[in-house]
Amino acid sequence: MEQSTFIQQASTKKNKAATQSAALQEPRIIRYTLTCIALAFLAFFIVLPLVSIFITAFQKGVDVYFAAITHPDALAAIKLTLIVVAITVPLNAIFGVMAAWALTKFNFKGKNLLLTMVDLPFAVSPVIAGLVFILLFGSQGLFGDWLFAHDIKIVFALPGIVLATIFVTLPFVARELIPLMQTQGTSEEEASISLGASGFKTFWYVTLPNIKWGLFYGVILCNARAIGEFGAVSVVSGHIRGMTNTMPLHIEILYNEYQFAAAFAVASLMSVMAIFTLIVKDIIAWKSKSS
Amino acid sequence: MMKKRSYVLQSLALLTMLTLSLAGCGSANSDEKASGQEDKKSVELLNVSYDPTRELYEEFNKDFIKKWKDDTGQDVTINQSHGGSGKQGRAVIDGLEADVVTLALAYDIDEIAQTRELLNKDWQTEFDHNSTPYTSTIVFLVRKGNPKNIQDWDDLIQDDVSVITPNPKTSGGARWNYLAAWAYAGKLYNNDETKIKEFMKSLYSNVEVLDSGARGATTTFVERKIGDVLIAWENEAYLSLNELGKDEFEIITPSLSILAEPPVAVVDKIVDKKGTREVAEAYLQHLYSDIGQEIAAKNYYRPRNETILAKYKEQFPQLELVSIDDFGGWAKAQATHFKDGGTFDEIYVPQ
Amino acid sequence: MSSLIIPKKSRRIIPGFHLSLGYTMLYVSLLVLLPLSMIFIHTMSLSWSAFIDIITDPRAVASYKVSFSTALIAGLLNVIFGTIIAWVLVRYQFPFKRIIDGLVDLPFALPTAVAGIALTSLYAPNGWIGQFFNFKIAFTPLGIIIALTFIGLPFVVRTVQPVLQNISAEVEEASASLGANRLQTFRKVILPELVPAILTGFSLAFARALGEYGSVVFIAGNMPMKTEITPLIIMTKLEQYDYAGATAIAVVMLVTSFILLFTINLIQWLANRRFVH
Repeated sequence: MEQSTFIQQASTKKNKAATQSAALQEPRIIRYTLTCIALAFLAFFIVLPLVSIFITAFQKGVDVYFAAITHPDALAAIKLTLIVVAITVPLNAIFGVMAAWALTKFNFKGKNLLLTMVDLPFAVSPVIAGLVFILLFGSQGLFGDWLFAHDIKIVFALPGIVLATIFVTLPFVARELIPLMQTQGTSEEEASISLGASGFKTFWYVTLPNIKWGLFYGVILCNARAIGEFGAVSVVSGHIRGMTNTMPLHIEILYNEYQFAAAFAVASLMSVMAIFTLIVKDIIAWKSKSS
Repeated sequence: MMKKRSYVLQSLALLTMLTLSLAGCGSANSDEKASGQEDKKSVELLNVSYDPTRELYEEFNKDFIKKWKDDTGQDVTINQSHGGSGKQGRAVIDGLEADVVTLALAYDIDEIAQTRELLNKDWQTEFDHNSTPYTSTIVFLVRKGNPKNIQDWDDLIQDDVSVITPNPKTSGGARWNYLAAWAYAGKLYNNDETKIKEFMKSLYSNVEVLDSGARGATTTFVERKIGDVLIAWENEAYLSLNELGKDEFEIITPSLSILAEPPVAVVDKIVDKKGTREVAEAYLQHLYSDIGQEIAAKNYYRPRNETILAKYKEQFPQLELVSIDDFGGWAKAQATHFKDGGTFDEIYVPQ
Repeated sequence: MSSLIIPKKSRRIIPGFHLSLGYTMLYVSLLVLLPLSMIFIHTMSLSWSAFIDIITDPRAVASYKVSFSTALIAGLLNVIFGTIIAWVLVRYQFPFKRIIDGLVDLPFALPTAVAGIALTSLYAPNGWIGQFFNFKIAFTPLGIIIALTFIGLPFVVRTVQPVLQNISAEVEEASASLGANRLQTFRKVILPELVPAILTGFSLAFARALGEYGSVVFIAGNMPMKTEITPLIIMTKLEQYDYAGATAIAVVMLVTSFILLFTINLIQWLANRRFVH
């Protein structure tokens, strides 16, 4: 008796779903229009600039392209950029998880203020982001005399570039995780703890699997921005060729030397790097799904 | 209570970790430097320069490295840093350890001498010719065939002429452009200041794009094909002619212009700290040698050496030149014209 | 500041409050607050009247207008097109969707100067796109809007996308089964869910656009009073070794951005509280 009504209900539900699929989908014309608008927008704002970069990069031929990206100065710039990214991204990822944990799992006064502080680096002009580190660690800065006396270099050397990059990319991971963890709530963690799991175990086996993709996404954006940051780094780098030039600064130098093809060759390499990280993400997502 | 203490302790531990890692990065760097110094067989120089000198110093450095090796047996590595003149000056003030500075205007080096006393106030007497081994001047780059028939400064204020020049407030080089125009108007109107300002106003109202740097302006003119005339340094004009198209542009030399003096200096405090004074001085002195002058001329800078200048006289036509001293020196020129509220700002005050 | 942050509930099951909050506060203080405080310290060297003179200078005021209006328009453009792009990427199928999805992040990865140069070459009067228009795009406020839209696009798309993915089909089904048509479902069911994300995306894109320098200087033309943005005014002051003047303008920008972000965070927090509790 009970079973039959259940089946009946299920079948009516199925029928309903079939008749309602139209109501769950937009009319075809709207679907096409929206897709076209989105694609046209992306074409004008992203694809065309990208195409123009690649065309300029290969304008003088493949030889010039490869000469540009294997030039010692270019290699030094690539190496420096990778070092900066390797320091920046893990630090900001750990920070992002910590901040998201504090801001979503607990309630406390001043929460909004702290959240806004985390957002603030997005709103600071890159020029200013670089300048503040000069004002702190430059020779006229707050710690300038002390650093000079101890012969420690922060600005116009690697630490300064790293600091500026950390500043600019600080909110990405946190910003990606906070809305996600907010919707997930705290019930799963509470259950795990009350079953006797330690805090760390709870985080590792309960929270982390839930926020995995958000974390990954935040890391990718953070990584992309760390590779591409120009304004702030330009202020603290000192522009010493082959030593403190990151890839964006190297591009600027080439461009200013009228080596347009070489400049855009390095730029195209950077865009490939950015797209590559996304492909990696897709592969991992696909593998984890199939397993 | 317990909890509170552990929280404080944890924060402290993290703070120490962060500081240590930072200091670690920093001292690792200084270690490298120290070991480089002890090894007398090699020496490092950092030349902080402005944008358009890349090609010049690339060639010159090669020659000096060879000469220094021959003279002393020492290997010298010369690191180059290029950027806007003002930005570079600021970097040196803020701690970029330059052994020598080669900037676009004396004003920027004066600023280094004043704010941090890194070098002597009378640094300009250290080397010959106001410590300026090469000079340049301000000329016009026009499209091939000179369709708007631009010959001199007063052609630039015609209604149908579109002018490209960088912003003198952000580009050190562009201050020479502004002063050259001012000097011409001064001669034309017998130093009547209202009339000169009128002239400058109509000139800058013809400016279509005010780029932030000299090379940006060149790109706007050459690549974007905007404007009828680019006001540029002579060496920049020649360089764009050769790099970007001889059959597309030509250079027009006006009747009067300014003697642009990009000076050089040894940064005393830094070379004394690093122990590089000898090589730094030799480096700048080498710019005055015949071969140094020749390299400058080949890179379209006017050499100071008369014989070498004569050799390249086709490249460098004679014209009437005023100098910065006619404006009372850089400190005065800066205050009158380019400070906030100076004559350049007056141009853009809405009426 | 730490006295402000007192946990509301003394009974907490989930551990790590002190550790995570302590670490967050330390990190933010060292890497955000300490550096940014330098701006205020340097501005202090000015007298109050000098400060007011600098920030109300006609050119500075004109630059605020340019910066705010272009950033606002760019932000709104991003809201409209960013939401459509996110919608299309989540809901519809079309060829090369994966690659197109990846391209959305490009504005973050490309150095802003390269973006500026590439956009200028496209939208200049002799560029691929610019030649089809009989008015100028590059070197006018339009050019600034284009550059700012470009750099802010990922913010909106990437904040809307995950939320859209999480809206369960059941809610929409329920709405449809109650007789709502598609437009009604969208307006009454889907849009309210999206609004917080759109708002966040907008505020981040707007804030970033306000401070953007590298890409804009190439495409703006930089004419005083007309296309001069506020970050360029800061650069101008720095070129004259006027650190105090530069930081004064920076304070104006910083405070504005802070208020904007704080207000939007507050709105979201209030909205959350109303719905959740």
